[in-house]
Amino acid sequence: MSRAKLPRKSTNIDMTAMCDVAFLLLSFFILTTKFKPAEAITVTTPSSVASKVAPDKDIVLITIDKNGKVFLGLDDEDIKGAMVDIINKQKNLSLDANAFKKAEFYGTPFSQLPQFLKIPKEDLKGDALPGIPVDSTKGPNELIEWMGVIHTAYENSGGKKINILLKGDNDSKYPSFDAVVKALKKNDFLKFQMVTNPEAVPVGSDLYKQPREDEGKK
Amino acid sequence: MAEMDTSSGGGHKKGPGVKKGKKLSTRVDLTPMVDLGFLLITFFIFTTTMSQATAFKLNLPKDADKPEDQNKAKESGVLTILLGKDNHVFYYEGMLDNNNASSEFKSANFGNGENGIRTIIMRKKANTPPDDFVVVIKPNNECTYKNVVDILDEMSINVVKKYALVDISEVENQLVKVTEAAGK
Repeated sequence: MSRAKLPRKSTNIDMTAMCDVAFLLLSFFILTTKFKPAEAITVTTPSSVASKVAPDKDIVLITIDKNGKVFLGLDDEDIKGAMVDIINKQKNLSLDANAFKKAEFYGTPFSQLPQFLKIPKEDLKGDALPGIPVDSTKGPNELIEWMGVIHTAYENSGGKKINILLKGDNDSKYPSFDAVVKALKKNDFLKFQMVTNPEAVPVGSDLYKQPREDEGKK
Repeated sequence: MAEMDTSSGGGHKKGPGVKKGKKLSTRVDLTPMVDLGFLLITFFIFTTTMSQATAFKLNLPKDADKPEDQNKAKESGVLTILLGKDNHVFYYEGMLDNNNASSEFKSANFGNGENGIRTIIMRKKANTPPDDFVVVIKPNNECTYKNVVDILDEMSINVVKKYALVDISEVENQLVKVTEAAGK
């Protein structure tokens, strides 16, 4: 009895399927990646060895752009609603509460706020705005008042957490930073976080020698 | 699926006088394309996780501190770092007075070399009892935010427990400016 001869199979594998999978995954990743939204204020942050990821909820974001202009942004609409009431009362402005809530950041002196809120979102560019005045040599540091308003708004919110983030540009000068820190101190915000890019811990430094878990405490 | 029948049933049985053109396979080797696909995937995965911003925590002391309270640090354990424009760094140890201003006031840089501020901090830290070691950071009005963050970062890199961000005094500011002008 002769054995049935098995036909020789080619060792070539059809790559089409694998290729399909690869590109399916690729398109999945491209589509799900959250691209950085085009920011109204362009800021290049410095880098640090801090390994804690910046919070993205309940934030008060103070931005310093490269010219030292200061902007303030919040994400919580309830807080913004409380803020607009306080500002209207304190400053005798009749701000549109809805427009105030919709605005992602504020970057003008109080006196120009009504006009500022009328600017459509697409046209808001950090370069064209004056920023919140902080230079105490040229006038009052209005950020102190802003932070005061935020402080009151958070106190009345019934124990909401507050994360103060400071996002400064590499090239901004120290006085702006100093003014922001002073404004925070004045309102008893003694803890804040600075947004940075991650950086590797230099080999051989004291932090490098420390066990990993100690780093989290800082 | 996406295969094509290229065997052309019995095409190799050539008749005596019939010369047939060689049939080229229409199959394309997809291996490089798969490679490329996965390469791009890895690229995307890596870039997305890396762009995650980190936060550097800074706790401020209460402003109510009186000047008398601030001077509690031992003179021998104090390292004062001054930041000037164009990434200039200066430092001195202990106190600065008119007699030793020129000899004690030294310049450094942000690198890791012999004259880098990291080496200086590490040296000072090694030579000082841990309880006395305090770094005082005094940025002047012309230094950048990056300089400030860098120097605060040095504090965490070198695990400096006590450091303070203090306004620069007029005398020191003048010294920084004079030294910067002389260095050019």
